Amino acid sequence: MQDDDKDQPFMQKVLDNHFLLLFIGLAVPTLTYIVWGVMELVSLPIANP
Amino acid sequence: MNANTDFRICPESGLKIHRPAEALIKANAVLAVVFLLVGGVLGLLVGLTRWPEVHLLPADAFYKVLTGHGINVLIFWIIFFEVAVLHFASAVLLNSRMATPKLGWASTGLMLVGALLNNYAVLVKGNSSVMMTSYVPLPADTLFYVGLILFAVGALIHCFIFLGTLVIARGERTYEGSLPLVSFGALVACIIAIFTIASGAVILIPTLAWNLGLISHVDPGVYRLIWWAFGHSSQQINVATHVSIWYLTAALLFGAKPLSEKVSRFAFFLYIAVLQIASAHHLLVDPGLSAEWKIFNTSYAMYLAVMASMVHGLTVPGSIEAAQRAHGLNSGFFEWLRKAPWGNPVFSAMFLSLVGFGVLGGITGVVMGTEQINLVIHNTMYVPGHFHGTVVVGTTLAFMGITYWLVPVLFRRDLILKGVARWQPYVFAAGMSGVALFLMGAGTLGVPRRHWDILFSSAGAGNGYEFSAAALTLMSLNGLSAVLAALGGAMYIGVVVGSILFGRKLAENEKVGTLMVRAAPPAEKYHNIGMGTITIPGTMVLVGVFFVAFALYYFINWKFLAETWGLS
Amino acid sequence: MTSISPPSDKHWWKEPIEKAELIWIAIVVVWGIILTLMMPFWHVYGKQNLSSEAYKTTPEVYMKKVQAGVDQYTVRTDNGKPVVKPPVGSDVYMLGRLWEWWPVLELQVGQSYRLHLASMDWQHGWSLQPANLNVQVLPGYDMVMTVTPNKVGEYSIVCNEYCGIGHHMMLGKIHVVE
Repeated sequence: MQDDDKDQPFMQKVLDNHFLLLFIGLAVPTLTYIVWGVMELVSLPIANP
Repeated sequence: MNANTDFRICPESGLKIHRPAEALIKANAVLAVVFLLVGGVLGLLVGLTRWPEVHLLPADAFYKVLTGHGINVLIFWIIFFEVAVLHFASAVLLNSRMATPKLGWASTGLMLVGALLNNYAVLVKGNSSVMMTSYVPLPADTLFYVGLILFAVGALIHCFIFLGTLVIARGERTYEGSLPLVSFGALVACIIAIFTIASGAVILIPTLAWNLGLISHVDPGVYRLIWWAFGHSSQQINVATHVSIWYLTAALLFGAKPLSEKVSRFAFFLYIAVLQIASAHHLLVDPGLSAEWKIFNTSYAMYLAVMASMVHGLTVPGSIEAAQRAHGLNSGFFEWLRKAPWGNPVFSAMFLSLVGFGVLGGITGVVMGTEQINLVIHNTMYVPGHFHGTVVVGTTLAFMGITYWLVPVLFRRDLILKGVARWQPYVFAAGMSGVALFLMGAGTLGVPRRHWDILFSSAGAGNGYEFSAAALTLMSLNGLSAVLAALGGAMYIGVVVGSILFGRKLAENEKVGTLMVRAAPPAEKYHNIGMGTITIPGTMVLVGVFFVAFALYYFINWKFLAETWGLS
Repeated sequence: MTSISPPSDKHWWKEPIEKAELIWIAIVVVWGIILTLMMPFWHVYGKQNLSSEAYKTTPEVYMKKVQAGVDQYTVRTDNGKPVVKPPVGSDVYMLGRLWEWWPVLELQVGQSYRLHLASMDWQHGWSLQPANLNVQVLPGYDMVMTVTPNKVGEYSIVCNEYCGIGHHMMLGKIHVVE
């Protein structure tokens, strides 16, 4: 419970913030894997007929 | 009685157990074992058909059974068990009540209905032999997709209930400070699960719409990309969960604590941040994705998640070594390990899982996930070989081990057939390690996965390809190993189901005979930690040997790659 | 206090780290960097790198290109399939369909060709044996890779992605000649 511990190290506060961790765990793979990957696939050129 | 205050005290551990949570944990664990039984029988049939001299099933039955095997064990067994672990690591370990048990039952019901519908489509209707991956545009029955989606929705609700329990526990101050390490590991698993299941929904719902004729087309490349965010990440839930179970077992049987909370938790944090992007392992030889995308994602940004697993690989046995030494087993490098309770299946399963996951699953996963090396491995038998090392020797064995602890503690039954239970982890680990090794060997020699006829007896004269005698021998050895592993699986199910049904009922406050929970050694015994001396020399030797094997095997595979056709 | 109880030190982030852990962390960080750098290193110095050149296409468009190659460069037939011997360095088209790889190719050892692969229907796995080169072949994607055969011989192409009940009969061939 970080409410009564203002002097805790930054990283400890991050690791105790479960919903921030959830955000990181959703945002990183969504951006680097899904969004980047889908952008590459949809921007492929079309083959000459 | 008010459900929110319905607790009992565990005589073994002193934990305050919320009865509604306990009932739900038990239900999910039982369902998990039922689906392990189904998937395991199907797996034995797969192994016997891949055995060239036996070749048990005809082609259509083989593909049906292979599809069912994959889904039942990789998804249903494992996720039902993980739901049980999530609620155990939140409500039970935090001495808290569980959030919304009724919704939990509804979610488990949804998962069960989904699992049954999917199995009905695959095994009974028989028109959904699309493998676990169900790559479009190969069509499956509508119920196949509906079943998977219902299952996923149920599992997703369980994840939110877990988060709700954490909020309740913090709000009601059932624990002080930060989460216990094991609960933190479960939180990591839950976060990965939410990403996993959301990805599954994002791709399976349009696929269902396509199946119903509502949309005309699902792009196969995009399908693969997003499906693997579901398919691969779901195995990363397993990693986070079984690492948590390793720490849990070390804490229960040895009174172990992390050598340093910071290191273990930061390693878990790396899982949250980068473990899931390794879904790219499956797309390294797909059309259209750039080398930059592949290298960044396949390497977990910079092998950060591999570093994390290697750190856990040190800190889990290291925490056991430190605890054992503090308990007085302090002579030489390995007295702590020699005198570990090797006859207790809770421990032996956990330790075999740790070693098997690292050596068989971990090393090979890094090798095959290397962008270029994947060219000589993709879709060969190497792939199932690898994941029988990770998901079976690693995850399944860890789950089996902790079940032997949960049966007396939650089900309040004494184990039956203790002699069988004592040997079970060894039999299962030996069989499954054989499966992993022999399949990887055959894959190195080019044998394809998901293939009914590697002798090409059905292809017509002059058309077939002749795999080397070594490759066929390896496939026969795989068949033998699968039989041994199935025996180990049957021993597990026999002991666990038998104990739950017929085991002696334990009285309200009765403790089981064997040591279930060991007190932590006194804190002053740990005072050497951080003082500039190595307090875990034995573990250091073990990880050193592991590292040498890892490096050698990694570079050998570059050499294999260098021998094939030029490609640019 | 064990791993199933909250950390005993409220400021656990400031606890000292065990020496073996520190040594091991240093080793794994260096190893992670080596593993990462090996891939770009191989792109520069290695000879086996899959190109990311690919085009969106349709089965009809792709079929025309395969057929044009067959019409122009067929030298004989092998088990009923045309054997195409394309000029060195040219664009060579092969397709996967239920359940064959088509046509058969004849390539010269040590020479490079721009090999195109696409599926006409479901997903397939192009697995060249015994060279053990494996790539995923999708419908709607024309994948181009420059291949340089390094040994004379008859190579088989197996399908290693499940593609329906005839999957295990799906085969193809490449002859590599002097």
